[in-house]
Amino acid sequence: MAGVIIFGLAKSLELALIAIGFSFVFGISGIANFAYGAFYLLGGFLAYIFFTSVGLPYWVAAIVSMIILFVIGALMYRFAVQRIRGAMLSEVIVTMGLGIFIIEMLRATGFIGHNRYLPAFIPGYIEIAGVGIENQRLMIIVIGLLLFLILWAVTRYTRIGLAFRAMSQDELTALSIGLNSNYLAMFSMGIGAVLAVIAALCIIPQGFLTVDGAYEVLIYALAVGVLGGLGSTVGIIVGAFILGYAQTITATLFSSQWVMVVTFLAIVLVLLIKPSGIFGKQKELEERV
Amino acid sequence: MEQGKKQFRKERIDRGIYARSADIFAVSSWQEMTYLLLPRAVPVILLLAMPLILELTGNTYWAKVMVVLAILGIMAMSWDLLRIAGMFSLGQALFFGLGSYVSAALNHYFHWPIFLTIPVGTLGGALLGTVLLIGTLKLRGIYFAMVTLAFPLLLVRAIQATNFLGGTEGVATDAFPNYWVGAYVSMGALLVCFFGFRRLMNSDWGLVARAIGQDDIAVTASGINVFWRKVQVLFIASGAAAFAGTLITHLLMYAGLSSFSLDYSILPVASVVIGGSGNFAGALLGSAILTFATEALRALGPLRIALYSILMVIFALTVREGIFPYIERRYHQFERKAEII
Repeated sequence: MAGVIIFGLAKSLELALIAIGFSFVFGISGIANFAYGAFYLLGGFLAYIFFTSVGLPYWVAAIVSMIILFVIGALMYRFAVQRIRGAMLSEVIVTMGLGIFIIEMLRATGFIGHNRYLPAFIPGYIEIAGVGIENQRLMIIVIGLLLFLILWAVTRYTRIGLAFRAMSQDELTALSIGLNSNYLAMFSMGIGAVLAVIAALCIIPQGFLTVDGAYEVLIYALAVGVLGGLGSTVGIIVGAFILGYAQTITATLFSSQWVMVVTFLAIVLVLLIKPSGIFGKQKELEERV
Repeated sequence: MEQGKKQFRKERIDRGIYARSADIFAVSSWQEMTYLLLPRAVPVILLLAMPLILELTGNTYWAKVMVVLAILGIMAMSWDLLRIAGMFSLGQALFFGLGSYVSAALNHYFHWPIFLTIPVGTLGGALLGTVLLIGTLKLRGIYFAMVTLAFPLLLVRAIQATNFLGGTEGVATDAFPNYWVGAYVSMGALLVCFFGFRRLMNSDWGLVARAIGQDDIAVTASGINVFWRKVQVLFIASGAAAFAGTLITHLLMYAGLSSFSLDYSILPVASVVIGGSGNFAGALLGSAILTFATEALRALGPLRIALYSILMVIFALTVREGIFPYIERRYHQFERKAEII
């Protein structure tokens, strides 16, 4: 029982970490960043390269890859998405196309596979209430909580955060009071990419650096978003907790095979009952974008 | 403006025949009839003759490629149909895979004959696809794209994990009796879809579907049930894609997880983006280009999909109308220099 609670908590925060980067960008700029999985994989890949091939200390490698991904995310907005901003179909095609391009190119480099993995922040495991839990999972819980706290503080007490909130509420009004929406959207894409790297650094040490992982992250980001309601942080947290505990309970009671089935059924059910998600701010037929 | 220096601009003028025959089908000479019929007849004759010629001359490999072209063409047109009605699907593979698995399961476990499994697979795939996505139809915008992207990828993992319907090994099925049946069923379906969808979209029903894609609030205000119309469009489009799925099942004699793969979701999108959207001819042209490119670039292996996606991005960013509208314009209009007075 204690195991279910702790592992469920770790799983939930893992899902929340995955989903927050996608939802952050969507909530602020209204751009669905389908290249999210690619950012996740690229971040993990760069950290791996800087750590093993270049030989930087792990935390330096992590920071360097975050900075590079921030630049890539911002450039992708500036030179691709900005040109077609507002044309939804083109936005989807461009982010999805670039995402697949990055993922497939990484597959072709051959540096991705089951023998590539990132080290844990602190190796080993400890016992809590008679349950052995890896330190990495505990780190996910700590980092996840910290990250949400930081995001909460940033969006409420800093100038850029307030600007983000203004833009997410009404872009035209934000423009009229002198906020540069292109600059803000570019910044939010960059931050979204950094959040993808943070998710990668937390999650990849539990498994391997694989192409499937990138698609899986994208699916989970979408699943949590659809479940909880896109663009709402509360929705993301609630969605992540529902999905995380549902998956953990299924894995303990039945077997881990049914986890995907449960995820699938959860989305179908939520779509049938409340299409905009549990905490979806979008009213039916009035969604932004 | 500077004095004494002539300046020119480009002027586009409809060709005389086009101006006379664009709306009324009153055709007065062989010249005009050929002008109108040629662009329609040549692809039809090519599509019908190529399997025959290739198979009889012994190019069995390229004859099979023609069937693949028909399947991709149907998929691309069904994607275009959804797009016209404002539903941006990133997962045609969902309908494709559902059709493929339904027909395979009926054939393998219940031993239904092939000419029963294809129609039932088509209907079953269309029904399942519509039911799975019916919730998203109430929402506008990006939700449809997100859910259609996630569903096939989730289904693959669910089938993999639970070993349902053969798990990773897939389901073996019967083949078409011979090459000709397979080839001409696919080609016939392609042509039926092409001309059928074009006619459908020019009917009143299609006009409403187009309007939903452009401004659904206006359609709602006109007292038309947008949700129900979207369900109809989704059913037709998913039926077409599911039909393509049943075809490939019986061609490859196997339904597997690969029919849910991302390739089948991306290729139709890339076809339409490259070929041009709106009148289905672009979808056909784009899928022909991509099919032959796939064969020509076989050496690149999995990198092809990266190439297609970057091509798709370039087209979406720069040549936004696609290839076909350009060709169409050159056919119906000519450009000349006109002096700016």
